[in-house]
Amino acid sequence: MNQAPAGGREPLLSVRGLRVAFGTPRHELVAVDGVDFDVQPGEVLGLAGESGSGKSLTLRSILRLVKPPARVGGEVFWRGRDIMRMAQAEVRRVRGGEIAMIFQEPMSALNPVLTVGMQIRENLEEHTDLDGAGRQARAVELLDLVGIPASKSRIDDYPHQFSGGMRQRAMIAIALASNPRLLLADEPTTALDVTIQDQILKLILRLRRDLNMSVVLVTHDLGVIAQTCDRLAVMYAGRVVEAGPVADIFAQPRHAYTLGLLNSVPRGGALRQPLSSIAGQPPLLSDQQGGCAFAPRCPFVVPECAVAKPPLVGIAPMHDSACLQHRKVAQR
Amino acid sequence: MTFATLTSATISRAVGRRWTLIIGSILLGLLILVALVPGFFTSYDPLAFDYKAIMQPPSAAHPFGTDNFGRDVLTRVIWATRIDIQIAVFSTVFPLVFGTIVGTLTGYYGGWLDAIFGRLVDLVITFPFLVIVIAIVAVLGPGLVNMYIAVSAIGWVFYAQLVRAEIRVQKQSDYAAAARVLGYSEMRLIFRHLLPNSITPAIVYWMTDMALAILLGSSLGYLGLGAQPPTAEWGVIIADGKNFMSTAWWMSVFPGIAIVVAGVTFSMVGDGLADLFRRRR
Repeated sequence: MNQAPAGGREPLLSVRGLRVAFGTPRHELVAVDGVDFDVQPGEVLGLAGESGSGKSLTLRSILRLVKPPARVGGEVFWRGRDIMRMAQAEVRRVRGGEIAMIFQEPMSALNPVLTVGMQIRENLEEHTDLDGAGRQARAVELLDLVGIPASKSRIDDYPHQFSGGMRQRAMIAIALASNPRLLLADEPTTALDVTIQDQILKLILRLRRDLNMSVVLVTHDLGVIAQTCDRLAVMYAGRVVEAGPVADIFAQPRHAYTLGLLNSVPRGGALRQPLSSIAGQPPLLSDQQGGCAFAPRCPFVVPECAVAKPPLVGIAPMHDSACLQHRKVAQR
Repeated sequence: MTFATLTSATISRAVGRRWTLIIGSILLGLLILVALVPGFFTSYDPLAFDYKAIMQPPSAAHPFGTDNFGRDVLTRVIWATRIDIQIAVFSTVFPLVFGTIVGTLTGYYGGWLDAIFGRLVDLVITFPFLVIVIAIVAVLGPGLVNMYIAVSAIGWVFYAQLVRAEIRVQKQSDYAAAARVLGYSEMRLIFRHLLPNSITPAIVYWMTDMALAILLGSSLGYLGLGAQPPTAEWGVIIADGKNFMSTAWWMSVFPGIAIVVAGVTFSMVGDGLADLFRRRR
């Protein structure tokens, strides 16, 4: 039997050695390469990284949404049981019932031919014992909960009659219908403008508190992370390169890539300063060499970086880094 | 006042954009009405011979004239509507339903099921449609029922192709992923979420296909392979009149016009629906 890794607190979700690969075994393209992280009850974990770093794929693999020809390996313990080894019926009970997910593009993630109300009631039908009248009442309640005004009349609207922010709220209402313990949010605010983005993030935080959920928030926006998350895992080229409490990482990053990311955030105050960026491009999946994937772009690089992929190790309490030069990085 | 102008403007804009659908639907309604109660529109018997009135040109008593047995052509064209609408429906309903189911399943599951289906499609589209239908009817024997069988045996393939292509697109969509994430069963995902989003092209094609079915039914009737004389069917009536074209043009021309009207009606409804659905997207 597979057991969840022992720890002080029992994590809700525990991902171990998650790996997603495409292509043929001979020419394998590894998009997610041995990702480990835990999600504690009631915690908001941020998963940050640039496009192609494997963060969305990681999230989708948790619920076994990634289909062949992609090959998924590793273990995903959900309250002690490995989702990767569950029977299909069991996975379906976890999906929606215990773990819910919301998507980046709320328009395309809602079924255009069903009303919002029908889509909420459908989830209630699948995962609760409520009768027809109960489902209707609960659906209105859920729309109220996510802050859709005049919910009683809007419930029979189709998704195209909603604005972008309202669609994302509706999407959240559908996801919450079955009282999930964990919400996976795949760039939930990327498609929205800044004011709506702020409202949606506040909504997610309020729901987390009121419903005692955990949240995994995938984003490329460090501002969103700073505003919302308790802990942060930074991904680069399919690996977690640094993980720890948001405050610690923002105060003192311990990986050269995280440092580069934080430095590239435009700061208020100093006007007309050039934006600093990380030189070079992320590596192609087909172009992975033996060592640290960030080494070709890293200002702290030493010869050892090219020898082997540095493992993610604890460098401070609750704080892990996969950087050989983390001490030097920390001194910056 | 303002309200009145506003609403009339709104209505005229709605009509202006959808006139094909509106006119097509009105014509289709008329056709169905004629097919349901043909006796209401004419007092003659479509099969009764009248040797006192043979091959009379159009007149007040016989607006479309009479044929070589003295039958009223208008009456026969009206009664034929029932048979031809029946042909339109019966030779397309099975292909629509069966083709949609096959297309949905092959599109969603792919794999060996899809491979077999693909070869079957290749096989069917290698033959000209009319030729293969005629071949099947020739084997089974002439008649309407055998024509339905022949058309259905081939026609479902086209619906299946349309639905399959659409399902393959839809199953990659975010809302399909969302439905999977909500823990819905595959059957629910396929038939409640994917199919309603994929069936539009098939419905539009269905309308066109009904027009084609009427043409096909008439062609086979004309060739003596579909409805059998003395049944009033547009193709049969045209065939009856073909030997008298130089002396009694009305015998073939009026059923011909009826075929054109029916074909245009179904095409207009099909086009109108296609437009409507496109705008919805």
